Amino acid sequence: MIEVRDLVKRYDDLVAVDGVSFDVAPGEFFGILGPNGAGKTTTLEMVEGLREPDSGTVSVLGQSPWPRNAALLPRMGVQLQASAFFEKLSAREQLETFGALYGVEGARIDEMLELVGLADKASTREDKLSGGQRQRLSIACALVHDPELVFFDEPTAALDPQARRNLWDVLREIQSRGTTVVYTTHYLDEAEVLCDRVAIMDAGRILAMDTPAALVRGLHADTRVALPHGVLTEQEARDLPGADGVQVTDTDLVLTTRSPSVLVQALAERDRLDGVSVRTATLEDVFLQLTGREYRA
Amino acid sequence: MSRIDTATDSAAAGAPSTGTTPGTAPRPVHRGSSTASLVALAKAMLRSFFRDRMALFFTFLFPIMFLVVFGLVFTSSSGSAQTIGVVGDGALLKQLPTDILEPKAYASMDAAVQDVKDGDLAAVVTQEGDQLVLRYAASDMVTSATIRGVLQSLVDHANLAATGQPPTYSLSGSKVEDESMKPIQFITGGMLSWGVATSATFGAALTIVSWRKKKLLRRVRLSPAPVWTVVAARVGVSMVTAVIQAVLMIGIALTPPFGLQLAGSWYLMLPLLVFGTLSFLAIGLLVGAVAKTEEAASAMANFIVLPMAFLSGTFFDLSGAPAWMRIVSQAFPLRHMNDAMLDVLARGQGAGAIVVPCLILLAFALVVTAIATRLFQWDDA
Repeated sequence: MIEVRDLVKRYDDLVAVDGVSFDVAPGEFFGILGPNGAGKTTTLEMVEGLREPDSGTVSVLGQSPWPRNAALLPRMGVQLQASAFFEKLSAREQLETFGALYGVEGARIDEMLELVGLADKASTREDKLSGGQRQRLSIACALVHDPELVFFDEPTAALDPQARRNLWDVLREIQSRGTTVVYTTHYLDEAEVLCDRVAIMDAGRILAMDTPAALVRGLHADTRVALPHGVLTEQEARDLPGADGVQVTDTDLVLTTRSPSVLVQALAERDRLDGVSVRTATLEDVFLQLTGREYRA
Repeated sequence: MSRIDTATDSAAAGAPSTGTTPGTAPRPVHRGSSTASLVALAKAMLRSFFRDRMALFFTFLFPIMFLVVFGLVFTSSSGSAQTIGVVGDGALLKQLPTDILEPKAYASMDAAVQDVKDGDLAAVVTQEGDQLVLRYAASDMVTSATIRGVLQSLVDHANLAATGQPPTYSLSGSKVEDESMKPIQFITGGMLSWGVATSATFGAALTIVSWRKKKLLRRVRLSPAPVWTVVAARVGVSMVTAVIQAVLMIGIALTPPFGLQLAGSWYLMLPLLVFGTLSFLAIGLLVGAVAKTEEAASAMANFIVLPMAFLSGTFFDLSGAPAWMRIVSQAFPLRHMNDAMLDVLARGQGAGAIVVPCLILLAFALVVTAIATRLFQWDDA
């Protein structure tokens, strides 16, 4: 569906994208993640055909998106930013206008409003919609012509947690219809939940690319089991089967383990499970290991 | 949530493993016609515009306010009689020619002189025995000279009558309707041209800048709609706006308080509106290409349109302006539109009068558009 090879983009003396290669398979939900300034958006824009790469090749549905490829455009959908609306038009009018550019009209408009949960906001003007509603509307506008492939650029940025969760449902629904989704985000937790495969970018390069589960597994990182103070003494904790290390923090007693089931079993036998939290490694730990620094969006 | 028929096997659902989606059957590819895109974009622009009260005010009401103000100011100051204070009721005072001097009665000379000092009255006259006594304001030489002349002739006439001799010479005069026009005749064309210049320039500049800033420009570029449909939609919307401005402006100027008299060739203003709009859209395009924010675009558009309006004779007749100003004004499309509007709206000239102005407007539009296209950017990054 998409083949990207050795993509490079420079702005003056800044190398925004530095030799990026990846493939996206049909039906896949592919995430490009990384902190702001990692080069995610520039990469996406070159794949969409908005920017010309300095070197490297892009093939989308077997064709080159640059220069503007009118044969390709009807087959892909693009969501650029939640503000890319016609001023003062209602949600329905936005969809009708974008639909007309693709020759789509009628029932499809209602279906899109339904899909993103904006049926009751159809006649609300764009400037009166909330941030989450605007994001969902911009996604509906990208999907109005039923493209094979959609690009979403940070669709969940600047949303409150509830609005983000609502959007996740919409994104999953889109994938379940067989649409290939390529999206960027700086929320690693979200990518872990949504994506079939992720590429972690930093400073213009892809540091790692795999399924989120495989990336986390590859860390061989310890599981951390946290107990409230007073449940066990430090010595008792050290003597538990499966406990590899003990740290005392301000709030908790934290056990690290490579065999979490043994440790949790032991805690259960001693009836000490109240208030216990188990935290396995996440993509943030992957990022930490890859870059040597804490992940900050 | 799942009412849409995708042409895809539903086995794709819930299979988030890497690249193992079953082969997708070809989906129907949607590609709108250029005409449908053009109509949709124009409709969207018109809707945005008619829902923007600020834009409506500056496009329609603001030029009309100027028309009203200029129309009323100029009509009230010309051809009315000069008010003169009168104290007492002497025989000579009763013979004042009231079509030139309109008497206003005062109880005492002191009160009237005070009004003259305050600048509320040009002069006051009273009769003391056989003498007419006139006190006039020193500031307005022309008015006071007129008043003195009229009163002098009144006195001379009375003196002659007192001798009982028939006059040797006499003056006979009658009115002729002259060729000089009522102000509304040239104000209307000028205000209309200025209104069109403002709305077309701002319309193009602000559409480009705000669409670019919101990435709507790119979003539309990533649809199959050809780029020219965006331009054509904007041109169409500005033309419609210009015609509405013309109907409103001329409709109001035709009402009795203003009394515009349309010449027979008034319909020739239509091509002028079209070519004028193109010229000003080109200026707007240039502003939109250079400006990064709406604020900058507004400031730049004002910076161009306002001086152009003054130098093109929109607010006053250029015939009294210095020669350099009249030469400079030739560089502005508004000057040519103003002149041609005047020719067809008021002077009743035929199609020959607008050929050259239309060609100049078109040439201006082409040159400026070419420059703007070179400077144009799809996005500001």
